[in-house]
Amino acid sequence: MFGKLSLAAIPYHNLITISAVIGSVILGLVILGLITYYRKWTYLYQEWLTSLDHKKIGIMYIILALVMLLRGFSDAILMRSQQAVAAGGHLGFLTPEHFNQIFSAHGSIMIIFMAMPFLAGLMNIVVPQQIGARDVAFPFLNSVSLWLTAAGAMLIMVSLGVGDFSKAGWSGYTPLTEKAYSPGVGVDYWIWAFQVAGIGSTLTGINFLVTILKMRAPGLTPMRLPLFVWTAFFTSVLIAWAFPVLTVDLALITLDRYLGMHFFTNDLGGNMMMYANLFWTWGHPEVYIVILPAFGVFSEVAATFSGKRLFGYRSLVYATAAITILSFCVWVHHFFTMGAGPNVNIFFGIATMLIAIPTGVKIFNWLFTMYRGRIRFTPPIYWTLGFIVTFSVGGAAGVLMAVPPADYVLHNSLFLIAHFHTMLIPGTLFGFMAGYYYWFPKAMGFRLQEDWGKRAFWCWVIGFYLAFIPLYILGFMGMPRRLQHYVNPAWHPWLLVAALGTAVIGLGLVFLVIQLVVSIRNRQILSDATGDPWDGRTLEWLTSSPPPAYNFPTIPVVADIDAFMDLKEKGIAYQRPEQYRDIEMPKNAPHGLIIGALTFLCGFALIWHIWWLAILAALGLLGTVIARAWDDDLYETIPAAEVQRLEDERYQRLAATQRNLADQQAIPEPVPEG
Amino acid sequence: MNQAPSESIGVSRGSLKSYLTGFVLALILTAIPFALVMRGAWSPAATLAGIIIAGIVQILVHLHYFLHLDTSSAARWNVLALLFTLLIMILFVGGGLWIMSNLNYRMM
Repeated sequence: MFGKLSLAAIPYHNLITISAVIGSVILGLVILGLITYYRKWTYLYQEWLTSLDHKKIGIMYIILALVMLLRGFSDAILMRSQQAVAAGGHLGFLTPEHFNQIFSAHGSIMIIFMAMPFLAGLMNIVVPQQIGARDVAFPFLNSVSLWLTAAGAMLIMVSLGVGDFSKAGWSGYTPLTEKAYSPGVGVDYWIWAFQVAGIGSTLTGINFLVTILKMRAPGLTPMRLPLFVWTAFFTSVLIAWAFPVLTVDLALITLDRYLGMHFFTNDLGGNMMMYANLFWTWGHPEVYIVILPAFGVFSEVAATFSGKRLFGYRSLVYATAAITILSFCVWVHHFFTMGAGPNVNIFFGIATMLIAIPTGVKIFNWLFTMYRGRIRFTPPIYWTLGFIVTFSVGGAAGVLMAVPPADYVLHNSLFLIAHFHTMLIPGTLFGFMAGYYYWFPKAMGFRLQEDWGKRAFWCWVIGFYLAFIPLYILGFMGMPRRLQHYVNPAWHPWLLVAALGTAVIGLGLVFLVIQLVVSIRNRQILSDATGDPWDGRTLEWLTSSPPPAYNFPTIPVVADIDAFMDLKEKGIAYQRPEQYRDIEMPKNAPHGLIIGALTFLCGFALIWHIWWLAILAALGLLGTVIARAWDDDLYETIPAAEVQRLEDERYQRLAATQRNLADQQAIPEPVPEG
Repeated sequence: MNQAPSESIGVSRGSLKSYLTGFVLALILTAIPFALVMRGAWSPAATLAGIIIAGIVQILVHLHYFLHLDTSSAARWNVLALLFTLLIMILFVGGGLWIMSNLNYRMM
């Protein structure tokens, strides 16, 4: 009846896991209770869960990413504290089985369920507004993508309390992930979580590709697109052409595990290195998928807060294109040591080093954008500067590792761990943090509190160096990655420093939470009535904050790279049209949510071999898709009178703000208390 | 939505006749490899070559009759996407074959 599932799957004997499970369940019940208490279920369902509005989908993506960031970071705390104590005679507090699950979950969550939803969220909120569109090309597909990603995240979260997670690392190398060596459900959780979220990401990539190609405002030629749109475009290209490889790779290992086939086994004609080859054929473009949007954020932030046009716009576009193509040609550097010949290794080694050139071009472009600018030192600029310095260090380490003989020494050591965290934390997370602060007023209608943002930044940067510089040194001392226990006493002090660094980063996370709470409490003082809190340059600042469902009452006409700055300089940014027209918008639909829920059920049933449930859920999925296809009531009209009313309100707020500003010119601006 | 992408693609949608032509051609091009294998008259190398050629021609038939790819300007983005796909396929499949055969040569 329940396949392999029985009460024995609940890890009640493991104190750490079960307390985490009980904690999450209680937290979940409290949230559900609060929603019920305040009678918000209808609101939540009608306005958010079934919404096809790209801004709301974006906000939900970012909430998912922030929750998963906390989960992934708790895994990091566990790993660092285990290694801080498990030296010599001490075995630490984690068993090897548990430790292996933790590092596998940490990597899987941070890449697939933190970085990917975060970038999808930012793209959703910003891209349509920056190109002067009212929504993405396929609003319903967008909702499906969101809920597939959420279903994958739920699978990983459930693995904490029901059964266990994969012990084979986030990259799941065969033959370890084959049935013979990992008979439990852990690997199956990993496979289905990745597969489901991966399909969601593929759909997002296709959606944004079409959106950017087809839905630009009149006059917005390709060479006038904001840099964030360009990076979103190339990220979508990478997603659409790289993610199918992951889908196939996971499908093949699924066939191996479920139907006893032999694609990646080491007997009967299987080839286990073929798995690594396919995994990194996706896996290396994936690195650039998560990094390119952050490059876009840095470009926007550097230009806006320096009060200057971006330096070398064209070279930035071409550098992004070069990175996109090159990132398809470097995947072997993840497995130089597998035994291929020098010809293969040196080809991919040189291709890897070449990527440093367009990336270097970008670094100089951002520096020259800031050069002689009137820089406003807001948190986004802090994150950008922290990124430029730290990322350059990591890049240098990367060029070093791109030399195959050096890689033979450094492969799978902590040097590698230090290197890719120096790329991904500044390159992705710092960028997303800058974007989070920069676009928060656009999404929510009020700014984030500045002081707590700066405090969080300093904790993150200082904590980062404390946590990862020791890992470079430990790598040179020969310490391998993924050690649950070690006997070399010389490593111990460095791991203590690294654990301290993790604590400082943890403080940075706490400050980010405080910042959010303080900002919500002071939302009146921090409110953004103009829709343009930073003296922005691109079209998203033309809309009000938060924008109405239709974004733009009339589609703007673009005549320059910095479209909104151009309109402001000509004095026509806030010109009102003679009359408003009816606007047709996609109607909310519950099918995306249902598809996500059924996919979760189907995945869960497949993991535990509950075949009847898997078949029922799959039939349900088919039925939902057919029901949606038969649904002809897809659009709703916002009447011109309603648009007129919303815009009147907006212009009253604008006028009031301008009066206030004029009155207060002599008085210093009120600083909100933290 | 006044900006729905389907309105601006402008690529021909094909007719019943073109779809039927494509379908029949696809059937014939599928039957040919089966016939080659089942009759077994040709040498294995020639049979393999026949299957590959029939496969490539079938891809072209699909592209033309079902995906409506041609050289008109309306289909420019589609053709560009196809060419990019070809480049990536050459990189992925060609690169994969090179890497794995090199490994095979050195390890076996």
